[in-house]
Parts: sequence; C-alpha cells; structure tokens
Amino acid sequence: MKVTELTKRYDGKTVVNGVSFEIPRGKVLSLIGPNGAGKSTVMGIISRLIARDNGLVDFEGQDISKWKSKELSKRLAILTQSNQIQMKLTVRELVTFGRFPYSGGHTTAEDKAIVDQALAYMELEEFQDRFIDELSGGQRQRAMIAMVIAQDTEYVLLDEPTNNLDIYHATNMMKIVRRLCDELGKTVILVLHEINYAAFYSDYICAFVDGEIASFGTVKEVMTQETLSRIYKVDFEIMEIEGKPLSIYY
Amino acid sequence: MSVAGLIMQQLCMNKFVSPTTGATISSAQFGILLALLFMPNSTLWGRALFAFAAAIVGTWIFVWFIQRIQFKDVVMVPLVGIMFGNVIGGITNYLAYQYEMTQALSSWLVGHFSLVVRGRFELVYLAVPLVILAFVFANHFNIVGMGKDFSKNLGVHYNLVLFAGLSIAAMITASVVVVVGSISYIGLIVPNVVAMFKGDRIRGTLIDTALFGAIFVLACDMIARTVIAPYELPIELIVGIIGSILFIGLLLYRLRHGRKAVRLGAAHSGGCASTVAQSERGGDSA
Repeated sequence: MKVTELTKRYDGKTVVNGVSFEIPRGKVLSLIGPNGAGKSTVMGIISRLIARDNGLVDFEGQDISKWKSKELSKRLAILTQSNQIQMKLTVRELVTFGRFPYSGGHTTAEDKAIVDQALAYMELEEFQDRFIDELSGGQRQRAMIAMVIAQDTEYVLLDEPTNNLDIYHATNMMKIVRRLCDELGKTVILVLHEINYAAFYSDYICAFVDGEIASFGTVKEVMTQETLSRIYKVDFEIMEIEGKPLSIYY
Repeated sequence: MSVAGLIMQQLCMNKFVSPTTGATISSAQFGILLALLFMPNSTLWGRALFAFAAAIVGTWIFVWFIQRIQFKDVVMVPLVGIMFGNVIGGITNYLAYQYEMTQALSSWLVGHFSLVVRGRFELVYLAVPLVILAFVFANHFNIVGMGKDFSKNLGVHYNLVLFAGLSIAAMITASVVVVVGSISYIGLIVPNVVAMFKGDRIRGTLIDTALFGAIFVLACDMIARTVIAPYELPIELIVGIIGSILFIGLLLYRLRHGRKAVRLGAAHSGGCASTVAQSERGGDSA
C-alpha cells in the first residue's frame, strides 16, 4: 500500500497536508504524534472510512476508492474507537460477522471452522456464548480482534487499540498485535498514543505533527532524543532495554 | 408489527425507537387521510398504497432528522419521534376536521378488529413477504446496527441497507395500520422483552419476536372481547393500557440494570448513528 500527497480539510482547516509514505508489507507500523496531528484521519483515509480531498491511496495496484467494498473487506480490516457495541450479541455471533464479506448471511462449515480457530487463537472459547456487554474491556477488545482474524485479511488497521485498557490488558493487546504479524503474517498498522508501546512492539514508526510527517523510518531511526523532542516539544531521554530504544519524558 | 419495531430498533441503535415512537404509524394514517381526501372512491389497495408511501417517507424524514442532530441522551430520540408523530397527527386531524372526515378517519386512529372481515384482512398478507425479506437480510441489519465504520469494514453499504430496512419496517407497519388501525407499543415492548432473554442477533430473535407479538395481541384481544361482553372494546385501548404499564416497567428496568448501558449509549451513540458523527469528530481530534 502506497500513499501519495494525501490532503484532508475540515471546515477550511487542513488536518492532513501532503502526506506520502509506503506501508511496509508484513510488518507492524505505528502512527504516532500529538493530539490533532492527523494520524487517525490518515488511518481513516487509507481504510476508506474517511473521504480524502486530495492525493492517492494505491492498494495493490488500484486506488482504494475504486475497490469494491466487499472485495476490499476481504483484504483490509479496520477497528476504530467508535466500535462501542451495545448490542446484546454473544462473542461467537460477533466473531461470525467477520465472515460476512465471504459468505453474506449464510455461514458455511468452513466459516464455522475459521471462527473456531479465531476464538481459539484469542483464547475466547470459554467466553464464546457470553454476551459481549457482560465482558470486561480487555475481553471485549480480544473479541473484536478475533472478529478481525475471522475476517482473514492481509492488512489489519487498529485505531488506538490500547485506549481505555489498563497496563496489563494494553500490554497483552500489543503482544497480540505482534503475534498477528509474526505468526499470521499480517501487515498491521496502528494508531498509538503510548510511544513506548510503538517502540517496543512495532517495526516501523511514522510520526505526525500538524498534519505532516515529521519522521518515518524504523523504530531505531525515529526513536531519537532529537526527533521525539521536536515532535512532542518536551524533553526526552532514550534508553535501551532488550535492544529496543525506549523513551522517558518529563 | 413487532418485527417492524425490531428492525427499527436495530437500525437506529436505539432501544426506544418503534413504529409508534418513530412517526411511522402517524405517517401511515396521514397517508390514509390523503387517500380519502383525493380519491374518495379509492379501494382498500389504493389507500394502502398511500399509507405505504407516507409511512416510508415519514420514517425516512424522522431518521434523517435524528442523524443530523446529535442527541446527548438516548431517551431524546423517541421523544423527538413522538413529537414528530404528534405534529403529523395534528395535521391529519386538522385536515380531517376541515373536510369533515373525522368519522371516517377514526376507524384508523384507534386500532380495532371489528372491521376485520373477509375482503379486508387479506392486505395483512403483504406483511408476510416483507417479514421473510427481513429474515433474509437480518445479518445486514445487525451489521448496520453496529455503526457506519463497522459496516464499511465488512463491506456492507450502510445507507442502502439503512433505508431499505426502514422501508421494510414502514411497509409492515402500514399494512397493519390500513387493516386494523394503529396499535401502539407492540413494536416497542415486544422486541425489548425478547432481546432481554435472547440477545440482539436478528436471525435468532425474529421468529420469537413475531410469535410473542402475536400472542401479546391475542391476549389483549381476548381481554377486549370479554371485559364488556357481548360488546367489544377496541384492542388499541387494552394494548395501550398494558403496553404503557410494561413500558414504564421497561424504562425502570433499563435505568436500574442497564444504567451503564444507558450511560454508554448517551456518551457514544446518543442518536441514531451519532457514532458516525462521533467517529468523524474523533478522526479530527486524534
């Protein structure tokens, strides 16, 4: 997937300005930056949820807006923060919706097997008949990921997956993200606020400031004292833990 | 009727939306009045056509309206629907007075079974293919009920399914209104009660909802026929009394047990699809 000269304006205010980058296949890419930097908007545009004003999003040789919605949903899945489901659905029913692009209303035996696998992968088997509104935040998030796994797409886009989760569940979520990439070979793109999660669990980082890319590269390239201070305008200290650069800010 | 309520509640992500609180019934009545006014000799089918069109347009306007405006509270949506329905009802009444049609119209304003005879009730069969259609697209409705982003992710055309579903619900409602008149509350109470026990997956609850709705009406009808036998009370009266009591019970239940859900609803999807607006703003701010 390749993005060129992306621009988006809201009410005359430019929130994304001439953004170009290429998404490395089979890797984890984190989009970071201060509030209002446009990272969620970029995520929305590359997942076709938000219409762009200018620029190109090339997805496997064809512009994203020219893809049939159903075909695209077999290749690219997105979870946004607005997925606050209040519906009384069981975990299994939710995960089965992931098969919708393939089988529509009729689930086949193959779909059932894939749903079983997804539930097992997320260790949700014991919860599969529970209603999602009875689950904890972490379990619900896992159920959503299981749905994405059932959707069986190469690209997985997650908008702030650690939002509203405590340290335990957030860290587990990041480990799951890593497994999605390493074990299932997916290309994962995340919007993250917590830069150390981005540093520890992703391969590449793209940092936004004021709707433009401030820095794009491997974790080591972006996680420098000079770059981070420039992006967040606070003082940073970089330390190395398990060979990964982690930051302390104050 | 209860199936129509089920579909509307799902599509609007609001447990308090129904043909009564979504202006569908009053729009259908308005359509019947228009038919009586402009085509005094119209057949039942002609009136049904008017009622269908009016019910669909009325429901669309209501949903378009609540999508435009973001409500802070889930309870606001049905309130607006009731107000909107009353406005339409007011216009209907005014026109009826103006043209001295109140007598003719009253038979559709208060639901009763005494006019249900052969040659009239066959119209209700129209609802059968519509309910089957609703069953076929049950999963679509469920997915649309989870929001715009969610639908797009799964490759479902949000607006198309939303309006198709609302049209089906409006037509089911209209076909009932034309034959027996308005029966309120069923579309509101029955799906809620069924969902409490069986969850929200339409495929799993559609048949239960339809059956439970039928039993509810049957019970009310038996009461209506026995209370002042050998005379018969309009069923709307009985359904209204029992329905409103159940509705208050339902509100209290939701407030007590579903406080969290109601609050969440207020924060995240105050109105029909205001999650959409939420996400658009979210995209902006994050």
